[in-house]
Amino acid sequence: MDSRAHLFRQQASAALRDVELQQALHKARGGFVDKRAAAVREFGDFEALRERGQQIKQHTLRHLDSYLERFEAEVQGQGGQVHWAEDADSARDIIVDICRRAGARSVIKGKTMAGEEIGLNPALEAEFETVESDLGEYIIQLAKEPPSHIIAPAVHKTRAQITRLFDTHHGGQGQGEIREAPALVAEARRVLREKFLAADVGITGANFLVAETGSAVLVTNEGNGDLSLTLPRVHIVLAGIEKLVPNLDDCATLLRLLSRSATGQELTAYTTFVTGARRPQDPDGPEEYHVVLLDNGRSTMLGNEFHDMLRCIRCGACLNHCPVYSAIGGHAYGWVYPGPMGAVLTPQFVGLDEARDLPNACTLNGRCQSVCPVRIPLPELLRKLRERQFTQRIVDPKTRWGLHLWRYLATRPRLYRRATRLAVRFLNRIHGRGSARRLPLAGAWSASRDFPLPQGDTFQARWRKERKHG
Amino acid sequence: MRATNTAPPRVALFVTCLVDLFRPNVGFAAVRLLEAAGCRVEVPEAQTCCGQPPYNSGDRKDAQDMARQTIAACRGYDYVVAPSGSCIGMLRDYPRLFAHEPDLLAEAQDLAARSFELTQFLVDVRGLERIEARYPGSVTYHDACSGLRQLGVRGQPRALLAQVEETRLEEMRDTEVCCGFGGTFCVKYPELSARMADDKIDNICATGADTVLAGDLGCLMHIAGRLRRLDKPVRAYHIAEVLADMAYGPAIGEEG
Repeated sequence: MDSRAHLFRQQASAALRDVELQQALHKARGGFVDKRAAAVREFGDFEALRERGQQIKQHTLRHLDSYLERFEAEVQGQGGQVHWAEDADSARDIIVDICRRAGARSVIKGKTMAGEEIGLNPALEAEFETVESDLGEYIIQLAKEPPSHIIAPAVHKTRAQITRLFDTHHGGQGQGEIREAPALVAEARRVLREKFLAADVGITGANFLVAETGSAVLVTNEGNGDLSLTLPRVHIVLAGIEKLVPNLDDCATLLRLLSRSATGQELTAYTTFVTGARRPQDPDGPEEYHVVLLDNGRSTMLGNEFHDMLRCIRCGACLNHCPVYSAIGGHAYGWVYPGPMGAVLTPQFVGLDEARDLPNACTLNGRCQSVCPVRIPLPELLRKLRERQFTQRIVDPKTRWGLHLWRYLATRPRLYRRATRLAVRFLNRIHGRGSARRLPLAGAWSASRDFPLPQGDTFQARWRKERKHG
Repeated sequence: MRATNTAPPRVALFVTCLVDLFRPNVGFAAVRLLEAAGCRVEVPEAQTCCGQPPYNSGDRKDAQDMARQTIAACRGYDYVVAPSGSCIGMLRDYPRLFAHEPDLLAEAQDLAARSFELTQFLVDVRGLERIEARYPGSVTYHDACSGLRQLGVRGQPRALLAQVEETRLEEMRDTEVCCGFGGTFCVKYPELSARMADDKIDNICATGADTVLAGDLGCLMHIAGRLRRLDKPVRAYHIAEVLADMAYGPAIGEEG
């Protein structure tokens, strides 16, 4: 996917003014948060579970090479093929090639953010009929939009917009008025059922890859993942190399964390373990089974100061709890991954300059970190990105010099005391007391807020005076 | 506790640059509360700004220089207390700035261990149980982010508020959600910042409280400035002003 991250400011601004988007975001806002909170309360010692989840991921990443080899051997042992994709181009080529060799005409896809990352859909659509089977993904495929949330890709769409889309694309099935969710779901199901049956190749992502069994684990609430992998002749799993977990026990721990953090569920409606191609005694399953393991910069992160980010299990809790994401939605971020996790990841993929706003458009309030199931220190990672930007001079000169000047004053206490007293006197002389409506040189503040003025003389000056006379 | 029960602890008030410049009343309120809690309060003359603006802007070098300045200014006191969770959060983060300088690291760790947000210090360290203050009306309390999540300040301000006569605390929805101040964020992304303030203000107004309190002047100036721009009648005070019975003068942003 091409990055529009450099347009963050304009996109955020447009998002704040987009009435339908704001309706959709407003509706979604509390739901995820309240459901997660209830699930966490219900669970009991969720902190211990987070601790364990963090440990499992840290351990796996430390020994990633050996777990990857084990996983590959297990998949091969079960008649599957493993493909190593160094970057987005090679991953796309591998997948398109598998589809060609299978003589595919149509491809059905389960939800995969790695697929978004490598721009898979355009490559497939050029040669094959390609249909998304996750309801949210299907909706945005019709709308020709990227996902705006990593687990709820169409969260930015209102029911009215979805009705209009379905009316346009399902030719004549709609009556024009806004339909209830169950009616829309039934309609999508009818259309998709035909696509499932016709598909030659099914492509899914994976939530986890289990090294000891060679299984790919998939969680969904719609069952579309299962249909994508049992009906077509060929099944391709696309997953980043950080999805590895050592064994089924560890996988179970992370599943507990994932579903509660993502949707507040104890378990998603479907949890599927895919292990190899169809065996002679199996009632169903694909004839051919492929796993494409995607690096695309992940091994670089493994060795640098952003390695904590590789623990991410893509639950979306950081998005749901982020006040910036809640205000503007996912598209404003301009690339595949939005919200706090995206603000850390996107610069790794598209570059710090292209994504220059993302690490900065955050108040470092830390709510994301407090809900992250694997305790990724997101604010700290964002600050590290800011440090890189500062060192690489991606920060504008006005800010740089402003900070240098402030440091110059702050490290000279006598001068600082004199300068602050002067500033206070100046502000009070020009604007009086109370608040200023407009403040020259501080338009960024006073465009939307009154500016509370000093009470008159600094605390330090008054304190010295008082103690001298008192 | 460092200090013995007999000798009053020597406490440095780290007043913070915002309080120093804009609202000295908060500093005097903090002094009154600390003295009521049996402390000997001093105001180190060499204190300036904790260094948070450069630290959060990725300007590590300037942040280090300002941290050195603060470490030197606060040397020798039993405790360092500030009416701000965010500045104390910064002081607690100093060790991260000096990971490769053993001498300074030790000093930074020592300072971090002695540093407390005001309400946290009063309740957790000094065990202050009785305060004498009166503030007629209903208030709502905004949990500023650094205090809440970095320092665990949540119960302390509420426990103290419960003692203020004639005050009723009306909790708002999403009290733990950021108000959109975020230091330089508020001027770098003013539209986003204002939207976040509006969400906060909706929650404040929904409580029907006539006053909003918080423990950080940055958040308060931002919220008060936006409240005034929207012509909302809610007043804003720093919690120290109410606790010290010094919330009689003009509220933040009000004319005298």
